[in-house]
Amino acid sequence: MTTPCLTIKNMTMAYGRFIIQRDLDFTINQGDIFIIMGGSGCGKSTLLMHLIGLQRPAKGDVFYGEESLWQADDQARNRILKRTGVLFQSGALLSSMTLAENIALPITEHTKLGAERIRRIVSYKLALVGLAGFEDYYPSEISGGMQKRAGLARAMALDPEILFFDEPSAGLDPISAKLLDDLILSLRDNLGATVVMVTHELASIFAIGTNSVFLDPETKTMIASGAPKKLLAESTDPKVIRFLTRGETQIPENNTHYLDRHPL
Amino acid sequence: MTANIVNNVPSEIKVALKQEILEVSIAGDWVLDADTPSLEPVLAQLTKEGVQQLVFSTKTLGRWDSLLMTDLIRLIDLGKNQNIQVDTSTLPEGIQGLLSLVSAVPERVGARRKEIKIPWLETMGNGVLHFVKETHDLIVFIGETALSFAALTRGKARFRWVDLWMNIQSCGPSALPIITLISLLVGLILAFVGSVQLALFGAQIYIADLVGLGMTREMGGLMAAIIMSGRTGAAYAAQLGTMQVNSEIDALKTMGFQPMEFLVLPRILALILVMPLLCIYADLMGMVGGSLVTVAFFDVSLVEYLHRTAGAVHLTDLMIGISKCAVFGILIALSGCMRGMQCGRSASAVGDAATSAVVTGIVFIVMADSLMTVICNRLGI
Repeated sequence: MTTPCLTIKNMTMAYGRFIIQRDLDFTINQGDIFIIMGGSGCGKSTLLMHLIGLQRPAKGDVFYGEESLWQADDQARNRILKRTGVLFQSGALLSSMTLAENIALPITEHTKLGAERIRRIVSYKLALVGLAGFEDYYPSEISGGMQKRAGLARAMALDPEILFFDEPSAGLDPISAKLLDDLILSLRDNLGATVVMVTHELASIFAIGTNSVFLDPETKTMIASGAPKKLLAESTDPKVIRFLTRGETQIPENNTHYLDRHPL
Repeated sequence: MTANIVNNVPSEIKVALKQEILEVSIAGDWVLDADTPSLEPVLAQLTKEGVQQLVFSTKTLGRWDSLLMTDLIRLIDLGKNQNIQVDTSTLPEGIQGLLSLVSAVPERVGARRKEIKIPWLETMGNGVLHFVKETHDLIVFIGETALSFAALTRGKARFRWVDLWMNIQSCGPSALPIITLISLLVGLILAFVGSVQLALFGAQIYIADLVGLGMTREMGGLMAAIIMSGRTGAAYAAQLGTMQVNSEIDALKTMGFQPMEFLVLPRILALILVMPLLCIYADLMGMVGGSLVTVAFFDVSLVEYLHRTAGAVHLTDLMIGISKCAVFGILIALSGCMRGMQCGRSASAVGDAATSAVVTGIVFIVMADSLMTVICNRLGI
């Protein structure tokens, strides 16, 4: 189970001259649930944009298997990206279309299936995410959690090999978040897909993450990688430990002035 | 990996009935881009008498995806409907997992929508009710605007003056280029149209009267209003609509601001202040256009033209045009802001709001213009 699925080589991300992260080097293996974590503003979502072809890296490259994403021409890039599905933070369903039309959109565009077959696939995808019977609803008529699940159904429309999630559990109650985690896990197991997830929901990180990378906004690079549980047990970096324990275990030495301001 | 084109193994489906057990064997690749055989023979077999159990054989199954899943679900559902025992234990593990996931959340009762036929009488009734509601909303909106203006005169309206200046900038000076172009051309057209008839009598000098009066009393204000309705009315609706979508308007309410005072008042005020000025500017540009045609094509000098215009256009004509334009300004701002505030909470709703702001605005403008022209005519001014 260690076939590399996605390799990030020596990548630097920047907006113009402003560098977000530099020297990113890591591999996502097939079947991984890979977590991209780090504090707010460290460039997690930007990294995701680079992986899904929405933003070009300032330096370095992303490889899908052996294929380079950013040296490929537009056509080749589209072909590579067809193998991926993305769930955006708020679902990003097209508001002028019903759920069924949203999910059918990529299928009609990229396959030659007939209307009846597409209708069946759409119903199946909606049933998979627990939204059976909601075909004719508009995104504005269902709750945020349901929108997210419908977004997931759309991301899975073409049976992608790699699924990307941008903060899947943000804005969900703990029970819905747990259900979504379970769903992601069983989808990974049953579809054999690889999952890449941006999140800072500690519960999900420990529950389903099998590998991860930790981005640090101050040094502007990755400072840790590996399975989240292992990181928690073995990492010696105070930043990583503080993040993974919500800053509750120990107060690092360089932060003693916190105690001065807030005497116990 | 580079060659993404994989040749599919041809897919096959076979049925065998042995002692009331129907065995469905599935072979080959069942993927979205493959040609898979029709399910009809299998479905036909399933509905026959005497089938007690449905089992699957997938020993030679190749790659599979949603396509196989939907076909399997179809078979299993039909089997269950026929009270046939369905045995899925011989299917690959992944498929079993997905099948249990699909049935994990049963369809919510009453969630599915049925298409309901609405009789024409009901459609008509709904139309009338909708019209009544629209009118009611309009009156409420006008009332709220009036109240916020009352608050303004008492000095109690809370809004940021900088917003007012920003709005004046965006609906005044920024609109000058387009107003210049359109009014110049309208003046030109008026002059040409008039010249055809007036030249018959050798009365080209009266083109100045026609253009001067036409622009000041009617066309200057009307053209400015239509341009501003498309430019500013739509922008107001889109701005306020997007704020509605982003919950910005809710945020203002929770901070104790009245959206009518904070957002709508400066916008309406800006248009009311700017429209008369734009009207004067459009009038002038129209006359410039008219003079260009007259001086260039007909034997009239610029001085003669100006003298004639000065004689024909009175202050009353100019004032009528300006007051009309002020009314148009109120109407444009009202319809733009009203549609924006009524906007739903989705991307398409913002588009609808902008469209409907322009349509409402232009309808109001033309209706008000006709009414005011009739009144002026009856009063003899």
